[in-house]
This record gives sequence, structure tokens and C-alpha cells, in this order.
Amino acid sequence: MSAPLLSIEGVSVELPTPRGLLRAVDRVDLTLEAGRTLGVVGESGCGKTMLSRAILQLLPKRAKLDGRVMFGGRDLAGLSREALRRLRGPELAVVFQDPMTSLNPVLTIGTQIVETLQVHLGMSGIAATKRGAELLAAVGIPAPEQRLRQYPSQLSGGMRQRVAIAIALSCEPKLLIADEPTTALDVTVQAQILDLLAREQQRRHMAMILITHDLGVVAGRTDEVAVMYAGRVVERAPTPRLFAHMRMPYTEALLAAIPRLDSAPHTPLPAIGGRPPDPTRPLPGCSFAPRCRYVEDDCRAAKPPLADPERAGSLYACWHPR
Amino acid sequence: MARFVGRRLLYLLPVLLAVTLLTFLIAALLPGDLAYTMLGDQATPEKIAALRATMGLDLPIWQRYLHWLGGVLQGDFGRSFRTGETVLSAVADRMPVSLELMVAAEVLGLVIGIPLAILCAVKQGSAIDRFLTGLAFAKLSLPSFMVAILLIYLFAVQLNWLPATGYVPFTEDPLGNLRSFLLPAMTLAFAEWPVLMRVLRSDMIATLQEDYIAMAKAKGLKPARILLVHALKPSSLTLVTVTGINIGRLIGGALIVETIFALPGLGRLLVAAIYSRDFIILQGVVLFVAVGFVIVNFIVDMLYAVLDPRIRHGRA
Repeated sequence: MSAPLLSIEGVSVELPTPRGLLRAVDRVDLTLEAGRTLGVVGESGCGKTMLSRAILQLLPKRAKLDGRVMFGGRDLAGLSREALRRLRGPELAVVFQDPMTSLNPVLTIGTQIVETLQVHLGMSGIAATKRGAELLAAVGIPAPEQRLRQYPSQLSGGMRQRVAIAIALSCEPKLLIADEPTTALDVTVQAQILDLLAREQQRRHMAMILITHDLGVVAGRTDEVAVMYAGRVVERAPTPRLFAHMRMPYTEALLAAIPRLDSAPHTPLPAIGGRPPDPTRPLPGCSFAPRCRYVEDDCRAAKPPLADPERAGSLYACWHPR
Repeated sequence: MARFVGRRLLYLLPVLLAVTLLTFLIAALLPGDLAYTMLGDQATPEKIAALRATMGLDLPIWQRYLHWLGGVLQGDFGRSFRTGETVLSAVADRMPVSLELMVAAEVLGLVIGIPLAILCAVKQGSAIDRFLTGLAFAKLSLPSFMVAILLIYLFAVQLNWLPATGYVPFTEDPLGNLRSFLLPAMTLAFAEWPVLMRVLRSDMIATLQEDYIAMAKAKGLKPARILLVHALKPSSLTLVTVTGINIGRLIGGALIVETIFALPGLGRLLVAAIYSRDFIILQGVVLFVAVGFVIVNFIVDMLYAVLDPRIRHGRA
């Protein structure tokens, strides 16, 4: 097997806060082959966005990154700013969560697509404008030539996210990170955007990391899923296997918390009680123990490692798997 | 865009009308009778009453206002009773001096302020940022006559590079004209750049936190483009406002600087008019300055729309 496209080795991200050091990402290991898709799932504050920023090397200035982010054989943390800049766009691209804020409000859609094409592919203004219109058409935006002259505020949320996807795809990246790409959108357009991402991912044979808080989103659209909790990956398995045989109680609770169309009316939605632990005060034992319905004494004493004791390609961090 | 400009121009009419009314009231309600001032202490009450009648001063105030407004609309702003010079020619003489000083000061202020603001915003919290914001603060608390004297001492007395005072008309000697404006413009710019730097710096710091800046970085754009295109444009609204206010202020002349450097600008005309109780000139100059202020603010509003399309499309 060839070297993976992306390999995250022991990555931790620490942020100084007034309350003390906040460990947003805690020794995460992940690998991703070219052309494959990885879903990263977890609730708000579990560190999934910080993990994506660590991969992109777009962490806040004060954040401290440990570990290695190997991409195409290079450690991104060791690259110069200029080398990183050349990488972003043609190799590494991102779609942010909120298209209301991720597009510059004072620049036209055209400017924001064309500048990327010009800086990385060296296209002339005319060629880049033509290509920009093609890209907009490819992500399902009608009348692309007119859209190029418009500003983000003149487009709906779904359209803006399509524009953001067109920009991300414009330089044919090898890896696309989609950070909650549908969270800020209406339910009716969420599926369209996800299908668009899946279609383009397959068509371009591009690797993709799909970050979401919704296990339902990754179900049919990823090859592998990593579930994060309190900065750590707590379960990781090929997608079909994960859904067929979840081991970690947190994953199970996440799945149970998804509303189902086929459940009877007025069925109470099982929520996960309590809140994630304070990331500035790490627990000695399993981070999920205070909220886990299967918790036992040893869970509070020692942190379970992420391991594959059954050698079945399914990793989980739990002393008492389901 | 044309509709936007049209609507804004329409708003301007009542504002301008209010400006003429207030200008008129300021001069009309000032203590001291014009006829008395003109004729002096020796005048008999009969003479004063006669002059008041010929000047229309005995009419009700609203009739006097309409009479004056009618003249203004036809380009007749009255004339000084002391020198006989018309308001129009007095203002036309001084206005170019004040305008040139204002433009030179603003350009210098922006040329110094903008790059420093960007530098501070990018290096927020660093030694250079703290030094420059501290310097700006110190500079803000230094009055302009002090700066003027320091500059004169340095550039005119010690180095002998520039004239200390005096005014050379542009038509006579373009280079000499620029040289005579450099020190006063620098004096004013020294008061401008700290303000401009501080407002742009804080707006820029806020903009640099925006998602679209992270997106611009993720797109692999060059740092200069991110700063100058993606960050500067949306950060410049307050800068434009403050610049507009300063320009409006300087249209009326910079009295202290004009006095120190002996520049025949509007500020000196205004003060001379006040001292000599030349109400007609005073009223005329105030009107010009006020209208200038309104027009500059109109241009600022237009610039908002150019800078931010959301204002243009009525979704502010």
C-alpha cells in the first residue's frame, strides 16, 4: 500500500484561555488515502473544527500545535508560509461552515473565484472569468455569468455555499475539508449540498474530510468515520462497520439522538444528558464517563486507549464496549 | 446606483435649506446692531434709523431671511460694508488656499496613517504595535501650535530647507507654492495620522478575525492581496467617515496653522470678520463652509456605497 495522502500523527492543539490551558485536540491520529472520504463526527466543542484548522495550518496565532500533519509526504507544520500558501488551493482546500461569513461581502463572486485561479493557475483575467462561470455552472448555479458580477449578499445561503464549493474546487485540490458545510443552511438544501460534495469528490477522485455533528450525514457518504469527544477520537471504523456494530456508548448515544422519520409521533428524543467536560480541566478517566449510562468505577480511574482489541479494523476507546 | 444617488441628493435639499436658515440666524441674532456698527459712536439715532430702513433691518426677521436667501440663490451673497468687497470674491480669494492646505494635509495624513494602521493590525500586540499606538496617543495630546513651532525650528531655522511663513500663489511659482504649503500641511497631518491610524487599526483587527479572511488564506492568496483587497476595503468605512469629518472641518480653514504660517485662508478671513463685526462676510463664509461640509458628507455617503455593496443594494 502506498503512503497515505494525509497522515495526522499525535496531533494536539492547545489554546491559552483566562481559565488556563485549553486542550482542544488531544493526541489525534488519523490517516486518509487519496480519493477516500473520512467523516469526523462530534458535538460542538469536541475539537473537530480545531483539528481541521490544524490540518490547514490556520490555527489562531496563540494556539500551540504538537505532533505531525503529514500531507503528500511533507510535514505541514514545518513548511514556510510561502510553501503553505502554494499548497492551499491546488492541493488543500476547505469549505467553511457558514457561507454568510466565509465569502467577502465587499467583493464580487467573480473576483473571489477569479483571484484563486489567477494566483495558482496563472490564468489571464478573461480565461479565469470563463473558467469561473464554468465552475459555477458545475456546482448547479443558474445564469453563472450574471452571478459573477453579483455580491454575496445578493445570493441565498445555499447558493453562497455552492459558490464556496466552486472556489474550493477551482484549483482541483487533492484534499477537501468540508467543515460542517450544511449546518448553517436550510434543511431543504442540506441534502443538495451534501450530494454535490459527494458527486464532485467521486468525479475528481479527491480525498475529502467531512466534518459534522450529524452521524446521519456521514452514513452514506463516507468510507470511514472518526467520532470525536472532548478532543480525542473515541471510535474509528469503516462506515458500514461502524453503523452495523458500534462499540463506544457515545457513538450509540449520538445515533440515538438523531430524530427518525419512522418513529411514532410524540416519541421523546433521547438526548445525551449533561455537558462535555471542561476542556481546561481534563478528567483522569474516560471523558465520557460522567454522561455515560453504562459507566463503571474503572471508567473514572483510567483513560481507555484508542485500540482495536478484536483486530477487526474497528478502533474504540472504551473499557466496556457495547 | 443612479437611484441611490438621486435619493441622497433629494435628502440634501432640506439639509441645505436648514443650513441657510441657521447661518442667517447666527448672524442676525448676534448682539450688536449692524447699522450702529457701520456708522460708529458719533451717529445720531435718526441716521441709524434711516440706514436701518435702507438696509431693510427694520423688517421682520423672516422677511429679511427670504430677502437674503433670494439673493443667495441668485449668487448675491452681499458685500462687506468695511471694504466693499463682495463675499463671493473674498471667499474665492481665500478658498483655494484653505482647500490646498486641506488636501495636502489629508493626503499626508492618509499616506502615513494607512500603512501604519495595517502594520499595527497585522502585528497586533507586538512591540512595534505598542510603540506606534503609544506614539499616536502621545501625538494626539500634542497641540498643533507646538508641532508647528517644532517643525519651523527644525526645517526652517535649523535645516533651512523650507520657508517658515508666507504664501506664494501657485500661478506665480508652483514649486515655491508647494514649499510654502509643506510645513503647514505637515503640521495638520501630524494631528491627522494618529486618529486615522487608530480607527483603521481597530477596524482592521476586527476584520482580520472574520471567516472570509481565513477563507482568503485557505485559498492560498498572497498576503499583500489579503490585506489590501480582502481586509482593507471592508475595514475602511470608519476611516472614510473620519476623513470626511476632518475634511469638512478643514474646509473652513485651519485657523491656528494659517495664522502661524501666515497663509491667507478662510480661517483667517472668518476671524477677521468676527473682530471687525463684518456680519455680512461672516455670514457668507459660514454658509460656504457649512455647504462644503454637507457636500463632503454627501460624498462620504456615496463612498460607503462604493465600498460596501450591501449599502448600495439597501441591505445595510
